[in-house]
Amino acid sequence: MQTFFKSLKQGLAASVLLAAAITNVQLVTAQDDKTLLGAGSSFINPLFSKMFADYNAKTGIQVNYQSIGSGGGILQLTNKTVDFGASDGPLNDEQTAKFGVPVLHIPQASGAVVITYNLPGNNNNINLTPDIIADIFLGKIKTWNDARITSVNKRMNIPGLPILVAHRSDGSGTTNIFTNYLSKVSAEWKSKVGSAGAVNWPAGLGGKGNEGVAGLVKQTPGAVGYVELIYALQNKMDYAKIQNKKGKFIIPSIASVTSAGNVKMPDDAKIFITDTDAPDGYPIAGFTWVLIYKEQNYNGRSKDRATKLLKLLWWNIHEGQAFTQPLNYSPLSKEAQKIAEKILKSATYDGKAIL
Amino acid sequence: MNDQKLKTKTRSSSGMIRAESIFKRSLIAVGIAMVLLVAGLMITLIIESVPSMKNLGLKYLWSKTWDPVNNVYGALPFLIGTLLTSFLALIISIPFSFAIAIYLGEYNPKGWLSNFLKNTVELIAAVPSVIYGFWGLLVLVPIVRSLEIKVGVLPYGIGIFTASLILAVMIIPYAASLGREMIRLVPSPLKEGAYSLGATRYEVIKNVILPYTKSGLFAGILLSLGRALGETMAVTMVIGNTSMIPDSIFGPGNTMASVIANEFTEADHTLYLSALIELGLVLFVVTVVINMIGKRIIKRFTNE
Repeated sequence: MQTFFKSLKQGLAASVLLAAAITNVQLVTAQDDKTLLGAGSSFINPLFSKMFADYNAKTGIQVNYQSIGSGGGILQLTNKTVDFGASDGPLNDEQTAKFGVPVLHIPQASGAVVITYNLPGNNNNINLTPDIIADIFLGKIKTWNDARITSVNKRMNIPGLPILVAHRSDGSGTTNIFTNYLSKVSAEWKSKVGSAGAVNWPAGLGGKGNEGVAGLVKQTPGAVGYVELIYALQNKMDYAKIQNKKGKFIIPSIASVTSAGNVKMPDDAKIFITDTDAPDGYPIAGFTWVLIYKEQNYNGRSKDRATKLLKLLWWNIHEGQAFTQPLNYSPLSKEAQKIAEKILKSATYDGKAIL
Repeated sequence: MNDQKLKTKTRSSSGMIRAESIFKRSLIAVGIAMVLLVAGLMITLIIESVPSMKNLGLKYLWSKTWDPVNNVYGALPFLIGTLLTSFLALIISIPFSFAIAIYLGEYNPKGWLSNFLKNTVELIAAVPSVIYGFWGLLVLVPIVRSLEIKVGVLPYGIGIFTASLILAVMIIPYAASLGREMIRLVPSPLKEGAYSLGATRYEVIKNVILPYTKSGLFAGILLSLGRALGETMAVTMVIGNTSMIPDSIFGPGNTMASVIANEFTEADHTLYLSALIELGLVLFVVTVVINMIGKRIIKRFTNE
């Protein structure tokens, strides 16, 4: 009995200590002006890890970024528990209304979504047109040797396999970009399905995460799905060339994705660059944005902290861009960088510009 | 007895009494904390699903469309998916768990082989479910796919049946361990009595052990079912995640727990989030109802 008490006491003491430690850590990070907090997009996490490690080495400022998904990041920024959020899609109307105050979108880098497939035989980089892609994912084109597919792939030997569509089952920025693209190129998709991080898929099976979709595609001959370009590159998967608005078949690459962002942008940078007008641009691409409050004096934040945040973000869109290509992200185009600078300069503290 | 000794003895016994009451109080506190936790959970689920209830009403339970873009939510496909996978898994697992329970409880209760088997079965319960998910996706799915080709249904490989198979493996230890303990607790005079009347071992199991332990065995099944209803990760990796009502047990589907896990992090408007939380509430209620029915049945068994 006595040993039991002893262990009970020790257990209690330990849990009290642990709880104290956890609250302590939170207090420290909230008050410590050397640490900035961010949360959101998991897509950008590898890039941010690298960028922030380098920034820490140079300036001594630590950035604690939690990769919890875009939706979670937006929620945390709404609750003012972080200095910045990161999202793969711009805020929707309801989210904007919830903030109630202006929020700035600062583009950081862009990524692309590729169509990956499993076709036995030497079928590298088949050609696909927008209407073929839409009809495949609507479940209307059912076999690979459909006349519409073979007519744009005359030199390929495409087998007559049934098509199995694989899509993401979890809500994701990848799905958001892909369905946004489909809504732009297909009126039927727009009215029947629409675009969002998760939609009511008219056909196919759902896999969890990029790895879930990739698993389905790799295992099933005749399967087709969509994954992030980075994931496809790292896992050496086959992906399709896609016809863009100007009629060219474009292979997804870091360069063609950067080109996609080389278009006239609105001043708030809230733009989906899918179905781009750029002649060399890959059509299924999108930005990841950092979100911050326009007025940085809230919740008793110091001006020093606001300045540190703005300086970090300025660094991100300039020196920080050097880290994009080695990690297979596409850097901002000149056009996008100029807009991002302007947006950062519009941030204020007590109504006065910070940078 | 001298005074000194008496004093220390009384002191230590009063210390013991104090310790006893502290112990008792801490037990009560922990018990109350558990009740509060469950009540708090229930209340939170109800409050958070109010927007969805207001907007969609009871139709939520039987409508078939789950469309986050147009804000139309119906839980029926997932309710069916959850019940179908769980009960199918239960049916598959029962013969195995009972066989293990009888073998380890009656035929081979001692020795290294028994211990080895017992630990192995218990290890099955300790493996993280994401491991089962990957195993299912990479090993089981191709096997099921070749089976489906032979049967002549659409060879997806993934779907309700594959999910049930994985669940069955995961829940075997619960019913098996409890069943084994129950069977070992059968009083030997009862068994010896039956043997002395000339019963064979099979007859002893059938006529003495199983009737004596049936409430315990049923409790084990209930425990397994509870595990199957709530399992998320392994299921979502192999079930196909389509929000349609499955047309056969080989077809793809989805479960409530899996939908919540998939869509919660990126649910970007109030009604969507609320509909997901209401899904959690439905799962909670389903679990409670099934447990209550189970308790009823156990009570009936023991009253006989």
